[in-house]
Amino acid sequence: MGLELYLDLLSQPCRAVYIFAKKNRIPFELRILELLKGQHISKEFSQINSLQKLPTLKDGDFILTESVAILIYLSSKYQTEAHWYPSELHVRSRIHEYLGWHADCIRSIFGAPLWIRVLVPLIGAQVPEEKVERNKAAINGALQKLEDKFLGCRAFLASQEVTLADLMALEELIQLFAVGYDLFEGRPRLAAWRKRVETFLGAELCQEAHGPILNILEQAANKTLPVPPPEVHPTMLNRISRIP
Amino acid sequence: MGLELYLDLLSQPCRAVYIFAKKNRIPFELRTVELLNAQHLSDAFAQVNPLKKLPALKDEDFILTESVAILLYLTHKYKVPDHWYPQELQARARVDEYLAWQHMTLRRNCLRILWHKVMFPVFLGESVSPEMLAATMAELDQSLQLFEDKFLQNKAFIAGAHISLADLVAITELMHPVGAGCQIFEGRPALAAWRQRVEAAVGEALFWEAHEVIMKAKDCPPIDPTIKQKLLCRVLAMIQ
Repeated sequence: MGLELYLDLLSQPCRAVYIFAKKNRIPFELRILELLKGQHISKEFSQINSLQKLPTLKDGDFILTESVAILIYLSSKYQTEAHWYPSELHVRSRIHEYLGWHADCIRSIFGAPLWIRVLVPLIGAQVPEEKVERNKAAINGALQKLEDKFLGCRAFLASQEVTLADLMALEELIQLFAVGYDLFEGRPRLAAWRKRVETFLGAELCQEAHGPILNILEQAANKTLPVPPPEVHPTMLNRISRIP
Repeated sequence: MGLELYLDLLSQPCRAVYIFAKKNRIPFELRTVELLNAQHLSDAFAQVNPLKKLPALKDEDFILTESVAILLYLTHKYKVPDHWYPQELQARARVDEYLAWQHMTLRRNCLRILWHKVMFPVFLGESVSPEMLAATMAELDQSLQLFEDKFLQNKAFIAGAHISLADLVAITELMHPVGAGCQIFEGRPALAAWRQRVEAAVGEALFWEAHEVIMKAKDCPPIDPTIKQKLLCRVLAMIQ
């Protein structure tokens, strides 16, 4: 068995891995696990990844979790084009600088609106209004830093070409956009950056990878999303309680 | 001017950078930025890092923030022994995997434990509810279990037989709850044995030199009210 990727395109890091593999023509078997159906907490998948998280990579006997680790693994193993993860010390350092900040300051904040607007109502839970407001303020603050400190006057976040940093950032931003945040409105630099990244990736691939998340509000309104089974509720409620 | 490192050994990622640079005999100028005196919020430091966070590295004109980025920069620039960040694809992936995983788990938990148990009540004079403290402890417990089961398993170190950046980042995190008075290694013999191995690999003297500040954190005097106002808005999110 060759390379297998366990993904759900509703997840931002999964989309980053998917786009990276597709764009670089890395052959892989797509194993879709639907998070909303709790397929990631099944016994079968726990054997593969005891953390019960997506994305997960399986390459023969080698199993790897965490999107950033997976992206770096794929870029080394398949010797993808150098611009994604250049060996030049300063650019590579800028990529890691962004990814470090992203992990601490973006992941915890930008994921919340999908929960607040779609997933929380889906299981009949609630998030206090003060948390919702706090989250909005935190998102605005982080977007400002993203523009000022990381994008600055560069074409892309870490260099003049697309890197892993841009891919990770784009997927978080698309997630926000998909649940109704007008984050590119009034932020022309960020909007131009998004356009550059998407142009590089190609409209077809973006459509394919972003389609499911961009439809999520419509699906929620039409009640066509899977209703998470009770056994996923504890992990979902735990995640909800961690919204700062 | 050569390499400058802006650190406060109270901070866990700063300790990782400090130990790494010292252990590998990388020459640097130590620029101490006192977090508890809000020196990281000063205009002077904002020139170095507009995000007002530690650690920060300055190498001539090149300024770099974020501990993992700094550790990798030093690894490549100073050609340290391979075991810190192995060339071999799968071993390297194990290091990257841990470094990515820790952000929202052990890093978050260990930081919150210190603040919930010590910094809020003792230093800032702000109370933390017993429920919140209990939830923080439970989260830490869960992360420690995952760390043992998934990342350490029955290996000597996270990436295998030798110490790597992942172990260094992990141990400096885990010494935060220790500094807060939590006996996290009790009842966890595998974790305790790993801690011993990491300490031995780093060298006992350097290990404890780097952890002197955190081991005394419980004794820090209450903060000056004017500095408290500056710090509080930055750390308030940790008790929300």
